[in-house]
Order: sequence, then C-alpha cells, then structure tokens
Amino acid sequence: MASAKSGTLYRGREGMWSWVAHRISGMLIFLFLLVHVLDTALVRVSPEAYNEVIGHYKTIVFGLGEIGLVAAIVFHALNGLRIILVDFWSKGTTHQRALFWGVVIVWAVLMVGFVPRQLMHMFGA
Amino acid sequence: MSAQSATSIPDPTTRYRRTGQRGLNTEMMSWLFMRISGVLLVILVFGHLFVNLWLGEGVKGIDFAFVGGKWANPFWQVWDLLMLWLGLIHGGNGVRTIINDYARSSTLRLTLKGLLYFAVVVTVVLGTLVIFTFNPCPVGAEPSLLPSFCEG
Repeated sequence: MASAKSGTLYRGREGMWSWVAHRISGMLIFLFLLVHVLDTALVRVSPEAYNEVIGHYKTIVFGLGEIGLVAAIVFHALNGLRIILVDFWSKGTTHQRALFWGVVIVWAVLMVGFVPRQLMHMFGA
Repeated sequence: MSAQSATSIPDPTTRYRRTGQRGLNTEMMSWLFMRISGVLLVILVFGHLFVNLWLGEGVKGIDFAFVGGKWANPFWQVWDLLMLWLGLIHGGNGVRTIINDYARSSTLRLTLKGLLYFAVVVTVVLGTLVIFTFNPCPVGAEPSLLPSFCEG
C-alpha cells in the first residue's frame, strides 16, 4: 500500500530520481553545447582568437567543470540506454531497478577512470 | 460512464490507445527520435571525449592546430556534423519537453519555445558553416599556430 512513508513504486524511488537526474544533466549538457559551438566557431575568426578563448578551458576552474560536464554526459548516456532497455526489452520493466544500479556502477567505474586522467592532464604529470 | 452502454464495452484484448490516432503522429516520432539519436550520440560523444580529453595531452593539447588537423579529415568533419545536428535536435527536443512541463502560461511557453528554436537554428547553421568553410591554413596567419601540414 502506498503511504506517505513508503511512497509508491515510482515516487521517491530509483525511477523518480533517475528521471530527475536525467532532466538536470540533459539541461546542463544542452546549455554547454550552445556555448561549445560558439567557442569552436572562433576557428573561423583567427587562430589567435580561438587559442585565446579555448585557453580558458585549460584553467583549474574549467578543468574541474569539465569533470562535472563529463559526469553529467556519462550519466545521461547510460541512463538513456537504460530507458531504451525499459522501453524495448521485454524484461526491461521487471529489471528497471537493477538497471538503475547498473547505471550508477558503470558511471562510477568510468568516472574513476576519467578523473585521474583529467587531473593528470590539468597538472601536467 | 453513461455514454457506454453494456453492449458497447470494448473487447478487452484490443490494444489500449491513448488517442484515436493511428499511424504516424509527431509526439510518437519525437519519442522514437530521442531513442535513435540517443544511441548514435552515445557513440559520437564518447568518441569525441576519448579523442579530445583522453588521448595525448587531453584538454591541454586543444588549440587551433589540433582542430585544423582533425577537420582536414572528412571523417571528423562528418563525425562532428552528425554530433552537431543530432545533439542540438535531441537537446532542443528535450528542452521543449521541459518547457511544456513547467511553463504554465501559454504566452510564457510560446516565448520560451520561440527563443529555444531560434537558438537551435542559429547554432546548427553556424556550426555547419564553420565545419564546411573552415580553412586550416588561413593566409597571413602566424605559422607556429597552424597545423604542421600548412606550408609557408
């Protein structure tokens, strides 16, 4: 029975939180994409203009921001694949909760791989 | 309830339809597009991140010469063009859904979606022009900033 304490199958559970995270990550990625096309368009202005602006991406603040961006992209990608499995795989709905935790685990593994690599590039080790 | 007499109860084995519409409808096409473009974008974006942020010097190695080197190859031109179009249409369609969900007044919805479509069209057109009109060896540019294949 649904109650304020137990919630429902959806509300307050993996399904709802993955939906929330999918929206927030998608919105962030979209806003970054608009900016990223504009900064890349500077290659048509001059090599100096492009290098000047892209140089900001190599600062510590942007380097950490890139980690956040990659975290959002990887989550959105993996959760998107989970949504496709839930929609098209006959056993998808049965295993939706396991699929969610699968997304979290694969996301964590990929981030554990990426973060040290990015820090290495940032601090030139 | 009252409209349905005992004789008109639908066969329970028929498929449930939310609308009476059959065949193609735009919201269904949009739903399907999100899934198809999503799978392609996973491949395109992961490839993009791997080449630009993982290999070599990562973000530190990105400059005009790096981009020039990539876009001298039609493979990366097509890769980035697909990523541009699919990414912006997929993202724009996602934001359209978010606007429809949260913007309560029809004026606000219309305004926000107007701005959204404007931003998507401008960005797609700009990005496409940049990919196809880009010259990796602009005349009179400082040679040290150019890809190694630019002569003199």
